[in-house]
Amino acid sequence: MAEVAAFQRTTSPSVVEPAGRGSRHRLRTRLVEVAFIVPAVVYLVLFFGYPVVKNVVMGFQEYTTKTFYTGEAPWVGLENYRNVLGNAIFDRSLLNTLLFTAGSIAGQFVLGLAIALFFHKRFALSGVLRSLILLPWLIPMIAGTAVWRWILDTDNGALNRILSAVPGLDVHPDWLTSTSLALVAVIGVNIWLGIPFNMTILYGGLQEIPEELYEAGALDGATGWRAFRHITWPMLRPVVTVVLVLGVVYTLKVLDVILGLTNGGPANSTQTISTFSYDMSFRQFDFGAGAALGNVLIVISLVFAVVYLRLNRKAVDE
Amino acid sequence: MARHSIRRGTSGRTRAGLAALLVLPLALGACGGGAKGGSAAGSSSDTLRVLDYYNSEPNASLWNEAIEACGKTVGMKISREAVPGETLIQKVLQQSSSRTLPDVLMLDNPDVQQIAASGALAPLDDLGVDSSGVAEGVLKASTYEGKLYGLQPVTNTIALFYNKKLLDAAGVTPPATWDELKAAAAKLTSGDQYGFAMSNVNTYEGTWQFLPFMWSNGGDEKDIATPQVAAALQLDKDLLTSGSMSQSSVNWTQADVADQFAAGKAAMMINGPWNFGTLDEAEGLEYGIVPIPVPQAGGKAVSPFGGEAWTVPQTGDEAKQKKAAELVQCLNSDENEVKISLGTGTVPTKPALAGQVTSQNPNLTAFADQVPELRARTGELGPDWPKAATKIYTAVQNALVGGMTPEEALKQAQDG
Repeated sequence: MAEVAAFQRTTSPSVVEPAGRGSRHRLRTRLVEVAFIVPAVVYLVLFFGYPVVKNVVMGFQEYTTKTFYTGEAPWVGLENYRNVLGNAIFDRSLLNTLLFTAGSIAGQFVLGLAIALFFHKRFALSGVLRSLILLPWLIPMIAGTAVWRWILDTDNGALNRILSAVPGLDVHPDWLTSTSLALVAVIGVNIWLGIPFNMTILYGGLQEIPEELYEAGALDGATGWRAFRHITWPMLRPVVTVVLVLGVVYTLKVLDVILGLTNGGPANSTQTISTFSYDMSFRQFDFGAGAALGNVLIVISLVFAVVYLRLNRKAVDE
Repeated sequence: MARHSIRRGTSGRTRAGLAALLVLPLALGACGGGAKGGSAAGSSSDTLRVLDYYNSEPNASLWNEAIEACGKTVGMKISREAVPGETLIQKVLQQSSSRTLPDVLMLDNPDVQQIAASGALAPLDDLGVDSSGVAEGVLKASTYEGKLYGLQPVTNTIALFYNKKLLDAAGVTPPATWDELKAAAAKLTSGDQYGFAMSNVNTYEGTWQFLPFMWSNGGDEKDIATPQVAAALQLDKDLLTSGSMSQSSVNWTQADVADQFAAGKAAMMINGPWNFGTLDEAEGLEYGIVPIPVPQAGGKAVSPFGGEAWTVPQTGDEAKQKKAAELVQCLNSDENEVKISLGTGTVPTKPALAGQVTSQNPNLTAFADQVPELRARTGELGPDWPKAATKIYTAVQNALVGGMTPEEALKQAQDG
């Protein structure tokens, strides 16, 4: 971000505006400018614009398996929205989406920050350990969830075996099969998955803070917690907002973790808007309803995207 | 920002680079076109394109053999593609929107009406296909608005598997009624061994496992908020709350259930013949198979049937569709039904052929016996089946772990 700001300064219009050249030349430069933008615009329109617009349109259509062959998708107005918003599962999945996102973000961020701070202090083997933290990122999610299902299994799972080995503790929590625990378990796995992202970005942010600040702070008696509160945290704030906002947008749409662990169950206790949308589209073949749910998710994400852009702009302006 | 920096100068080299960039997508497009041309060449007039999801053994090679042999019979070359099971429908939808459907298409039987309703399939009656001898229920699954769209050579269903050693040790005989099932399951539960296991997962697999209980008690998918379905669900719930069945069953697929049974952690299970391979690998496991217990002694078990039907998509090439129909007919010959049944642990859809199969593989008897009574999942609701199936597994989960009574769960699911 700092680079972007610097770039803007050196290329302010007054410096670059060429003085009085032929209009043909100007036209040509204009064309070249446009040509440079065209690939990016085509790419964006094709791969981002088209699907989003299509999804919005589909939300107002009766789009079923039939549509694929006949091409006919009758307009139904707001019926898809009435259907999905009136569905008993919707309230539950909206609440779950919020709980899942808030819980995941809180856990990922706090643990990610703690680990980043831990590794910020240089010590032997820190490089090796730091790369180990990245492991969750390297494992295909579907394999990760299979392993977690095994760990969290009630009867034979590793976690419950460890718990039962603790003297005086005789519990066998139904991690993935009780309606009250499944969401907690799913959030837990998603936190595990999100830690590398949070740690990496926050660690990068910590590296940016000049060492002199801490030296100067130490002279004034700011060490330990006080150094964190008065130096680290304020200096890290721009990175923190980026991590949080991106984290929210990524987490809102999480699908594979939930499908792999619980499939939205038991009894819809881990159903989120994205799993509900998947279910509508690809299990019940009601693509219109699935798209309507997708659009609800887009709107929620948009709110955070706007927040992100505003904060980002402010950070650049500063 | 970028605007100004470009204005500084557009040297010849930049322009050349730019030109190359602009040409790149065209070149890529040309490649794509080339590839498409290649596949089109493969589907010349003497070749039938076949699409299915038999991609693992023993299915893959058995079907390949049968399809190739039938290709020779009808005098056509074969170009066969086998895709992963879960991607087949996706592929079919893509192909139907781009009008590139194969000449012969295999579909999971509950999907046949869904695809037939879209208009993508040709009615087999019009192409002269003979379906005589096939069980009524099986034909019903492939019939949409009075016309037959698919022919299914072999089928499978579910039954009760029991661990012979564990039952002998506990002095329990295989249960035939619901009461016997509950008593047997309770007796067989001890330590970390459960008496009974089935899949109550929140997918169509869970619905498929619950159907025999619901149907055998007179339940109907048109309205599941009835005392008949509630009683079936109560049985499921009793097995769980009494501890005879693990709560994990709400998360278990049928494959997970088979693993539990193979490991001796469940004395009885509801499952199908596709697990013979898994079970054979378990050392020292001896099992028997009986029909799914019924509400009262003397009742008949009504089970859903699985397996896939062969269809002929509307490709617009009538001569080829005729040939494709001949291929489908050939795949459903008596000889092929028996051969494939024995090779893949399924049973022929023509009840008359059952004896030829069960005499060679007695394990299939419990399944073959059910064929005349088998019920199609899409028999009543047709393309509306997925919605009903979702209601059923949702109600099952809500009753088992969602804190609802079976009646409440079914009523809520039925009302949507």
